[in-house]
Amino acid sequence: MKDRSLVQIALYAAIFAVLGLLPKFDLPFAGGVPITAQSMGAMLAGVMLGAWRGALSIVLLLFVVALGAPLLAGGRGGLGVFFTPSVGFIVGWVAAAFVTGWLMQAMRRQSVLASALIASVVGGIVVEYAFGIVGLSLKAGLSLADATKACLIFIPGDAIKAVLVALIAQTVARGMPDALLSRHV
Amino acid sequence: MISLYLAERTWLHGVPAGWKLLALALVSLFVAPFDALAPMAGLLAATLALYATLGRPALRQIALLRPMWPLIAILLAFHWWRGDPVLGVAVALRLLAMVLLANAVTMTTRMDAMMDAVEPLLRPLALVGVSPRAVALAVAMMIRFVPLLFALWEALGESWRARTGRRGGWRLLAPFCIQTLRLSHHTAEALAARGGVPGTLPRTRRQ
Repeated sequence: MKDRSLVQIALYAAIFAVLGLLPKFDLPFAGGVPITAQSMGAMLAGVMLGAWRGALSIVLLLFVVALGAPLLAGGRGGLGVFFTPSVGFIVGWVAAAFVTGWLMQAMRRQSVLASALIASVVGGIVVEYAFGIVGLSLKAGLSLADATKACLIFIPGDAIKAVLVALIAQTVARGMPDALLSRHV
Repeated sequence: MISLYLAERTWLHGVPAGWKLLALALVSLFVAPFDALAPMAGLLAATLALYATLGRPALRQIALLRPMWPLIAILLAFHWWRGDPVLGVAVALRLLAMVLLANAVTMTTRMDAMMDAVEPLLRPLALVGVSPRAVALAVAMMIRFVPLLFALWEALGESWRARTGRRGGWRLLAPFCIQTLRLSHHTAEALAARGGVPGTLPRTRRQ
């Protein structure tokens, strides 16, 4: 079991990185707005792996980024990203994946679609923005209210991503039920 | 894989990774409480001077700041609106200087040297049963997975195009997840067949 967990942690860290390297998706149902897929990575890791493994996969990704790999969207990486104003969002992915995974496990009796959507919204948006806004406020010397205003425009995009993650989770649950590890163990 | 590392050797390449990390940590602690314009301008000037001593390839890396400009602009606008544009400029200068300094460490330190430098920090993990060698294995596996998954995505995209004539985009995500999980089962089996994750007790002794 331990071998499998380690492989899955590494796998989702890599999926997170690959999502950042892909060209932007044009979303037909949002007026063709291009979005980067990467911020889905934390929701996806939590929904698929559960709390601990999901959070550890993000920790692994951030560790490799800190070692110098340019794996964040737009080819960003290295120690520099931890000194940008968006560091709160980057560190927040760990907590976001954890809370998403924890909620997913807590709602294991509900439908996959509904629980994945709720877990992604709470973990990937509420928790993620709490970290991001505090980080921005500290790094940029803005008040919390101003930092919140500066972040609001990104929320609709992330809401779409939460819906996408829920749809993906449902498809995976149908196609390969034992792949949804947050529902087993 | 693309790398932020500078292949051409500079004097900063010769400084041990541990010292560079320590210096970066000290500078970031030291400048955090300052909000005055002059010291922050000095910090950025010193950082740019450091880049100048590293030569032309290093100076070219300053272009990496480009994705930060919109955020810096928003930040300045907010401070302006709040009636303290000088503070805004000071904060922006500190951000730019620290990002450049951190990047200077990254571009002059090989990933394996960085890994060796932080290894002692991972040692306490052994207390909770995680071997530093397992961490090293996870890092290696992840780095190997990235090109593999990229190829997998490309293959899925090609077959989607063959069937529909269009780009798959987000529709590929669910099959992608299923395929990658299948890949992870095989990898875990292969790992178990070769003795499993290092640093864990042999199976027979765990009950």
